[in-house]
Amino acid sequence: MAARGFDDVVLAAPVTVPYVRFSTRGAHWFLGRAVAQLVAAAKIPKQRIDGLAVASFTLAPDTAVGLTQHLGLTLRWLDHVPMGGASGIVSIRRAARAVQNGDAEIVACVGGDTNHTDSFRRNTASFSQFAQDAVYPYGSGGPNTSFALLTAYYMRAHGATREDFGKLCVAQRDNALKNPLALFKKPLTLADYLNARLVADPLRLFDCVMPCAGAEGFLVMRRGMAEQLGLPFARLLGAVERHNAFPDDPIQDRGGWSLDRDALYAQAGVGPDDIDFLETYDDYPVINVLQFEGLGFCPAGGGADFIRAYTFEVAGSFPFNTSGGQLSVGQAGAAGGHLGIVEAIRQLTGQTLGARVPNARHGLVSGFGIINYDRGICSGAAVLAAT
Amino acid sequence: MSQVAKRPKRKNPVERTRQPTLPPPTRSRVALGLTAAAARGRLQLQVCVDCGTVQYPPREVCRACLSQRLVWRRQDGAGELISETTLHAAQELYFRERLPWRIGNVRLDSEVNVMAYVHDAVGAPPCRVRIEAALDRAGQAALIAMPQTGRPALLDDPKLREMTCDPRARKILVSDGKSAVGQAIVRALAAAGADLIWIGVAEPWKQAAGFDGLRELPQAKVVALDVTDSHSVRELAGEIGGKVDIVVNTNDCHRAFSLAARRGVETAQLEMDINYFGLLRLAQEFAPALKARAADGTTNAIAWVNVLSIFALANYPPHGTYSASKAAAFSLSQNLRAELRPAGVRVINLFPGPVDDEWDQLEMPPKLSPATLAAALVDALKGGVEDVYPGDVAQDWVARNLENPKALERELGETLR
Repeated sequence: MAARGFDDVVLAAPVTVPYVRFSTRGAHWFLGRAVAQLVAAAKIPKQRIDGLAVASFTLAPDTAVGLTQHLGLTLRWLDHVPMGGASGIVSIRRAARAVQNGDAEIVACVGGDTNHTDSFRRNTASFSQFAQDAVYPYGSGGPNTSFALLTAYYMRAHGATREDFGKLCVAQRDNALKNPLALFKKPLTLADYLNARLVADPLRLFDCVMPCAGAEGFLVMRRGMAEQLGLPFARLLGAVERHNAFPDDPIQDRGGWSLDRDALYAQAGVGPDDIDFLETYDDYPVINVLQFEGLGFCPAGGGADFIRAYTFEVAGSFPFNTSGGQLSVGQAGAAGGHLGIVEAIRQLTGQTLGARVPNARHGLVSGFGIINYDRGICSGAAVLAAT
Repeated sequence: MSQVAKRPKRKNPVERTRQPTLPPPTRSRVALGLTAAAARGRLQLQVCVDCGTVQYPPREVCRACLSQRLVWRRQDGAGELISETTLHAAQELYFRERLPWRIGNVRLDSEVNVMAYVHDAVGAPPCRVRIEAALDRAGQAALIAMPQTGRPALLDDPKLREMTCDPRARKILVSDGKSAVGQAIVRALAAAGADLIWIGVAEPWKQAAGFDGLRELPQAKVVALDVTDSHSVRELAGEIGGKVDIVVNTNDCHRAFSLAARRGVETAQLEMDINYFGLLRLAQEFAPALKARAADGTTNAIAWVNVLSIFALANYPPHGTYSASKAAAFSLSQNLRAELRPAGVRVINLFPGPVDDEWDQLEMPPKLSPATLAAALVDALKGGVEDVYPGDVAQDWVARNLENPKALERELGETLR
């Protein structure tokens, strides 16, 4: 049975709490600033927010529950979404159903984390039971190890090269240079990329996302509410999620998108050819390629040819990660699962911080999260449209 | 790529002695099943009793049929290396100090994926490998992908050598070198490439058959050590404590009798004084020194070996008081292990079955020759284990004890009749 559509649900008020490499603040500060910026952007009293979806890795010992009292919010709908890079997409889906059904009118979706000097190591060491028992004791490389293994496999199996991945990273940096909030300010050449220091063969420095502190947020509501508040908005045409797809694959070279893209495009009423820009979850370039393939922009295993055929700058033939993506903006923990959504809303509503894709009507955002053991578990994607 | 470890250069005594760091020691309780098997040099994974599915990482419930009846079963470890990486950055100090690390994904033929260290002798993926389990320096199980054929030693890979306590180029104290077992152990350690072996001798005026031959070994140095005398132990520790890499506790006092077979406690006291208090005295004096040198270059303090007895596991009534003294020593060895594990110094216990000597005269074969016991000790040091049960009798006992300790107690009780 096909899932019900999202009617007139819209996304509005894209906000970013500026990223910093390290912070002495707690996660509550970043999430609290995000909610404050949402309230300011929507010009509403905070009491108007009656739903909240929270994603954060560093909020412990609190969850979304603790945050309600911390921020003095009285809510009739609350969700904690521990899905990392897929958390933003999952929050959209849950929030959309809530406003469709009248369980909430205005849902604030926020993702954010702090980053102390040693917090990334500590988070990695206790990331999941499987990781603690069967991954971290082997060199404690964190996600670098997992993605190095996936990248090495993909390159061998499908003939992709370092230059292919480098082309994506260089394009993202070009996009980031126009985004004042991106932490990376220096241009990146292909030679810089290829000759950077080795981190985990075949990954080098610029293949690896940089952990930082920051937050992202947006509001989910019905179109009528956005119009009443005078907020520019993007329409939600479709959204899917999947967890633990293809558990019997010996190694991950596809994600849940392969299972769900047909349903996504059917729900949205558009196809890959209608998409004007793509925002992927990009902690490492190989996972971008799995999203190109899984979302139907090229055949499975055809990622390298696809990269060679297109250009990925905002003004390129395939505008991609238009704010610079996490690889050139920074990975503020669970904010990384919201970065692409916030950027897509900005692109579709003409509120970009950097360059804008001309005449963009449809944007596709995808998420990927939680390397629980040897592969990412959560995947999701959403199609957004300009009014 | 694989190369035999060479003797390292002397260290500069002016440099600061490195402090020990360890791989991450934390595991869920269920994952300790892997460690329990690795401590004996085995690879065991959980298997579902109901549907036969093999599981990894360790879990509480079957990934196929949701049964909660998962049991640990020995695995052959055969599989394919499907991807590998060489890590040049690590978050934990232990790994950071030893970069780079070769790590891979292995798809076992039993259709589970394991992440493992990859031995130098393994080729590039895809290729067939065999997964082995060993204890890492934190004393936890680590999986290692070895070549499918041939048996390269862990210590031939400079990284995986960390998992071993190879006696090559080490300085070793054998606490009693006079007994037949002690002599055999000295010879085996010398043959394994030990740099220097201090041979403890308690009563130098007593002759022991074969002992004079040991003096001719170029590595051997006879030292006075009486483990029943705290002063003697302290004196030797003061002299060589800062140099010893491996302590091998071979002191053993074995008087074969059951509690009703002899009046008075004096003989049992002597057994305790040597087997239990002897270990306590040695541990109090030498363990702090080993801990302090646990990260001291490539010839660091690395291991403590106790030659216990399979009678430590369950009382063997014909040797009742001896069993009790060895059980006490076993218990204390667990205390010692807890003390030394944070420094990465491994405590290896050998639980041999009856040895072919005068005190086991009435035991039925198969019996262990001292040379076989010594070979098992060297193998244990070269591998990644901490519990060793040399000989057929010991293997038989440990299997019976694991299966049903009460049954073993009753069966051993029958031996008095």
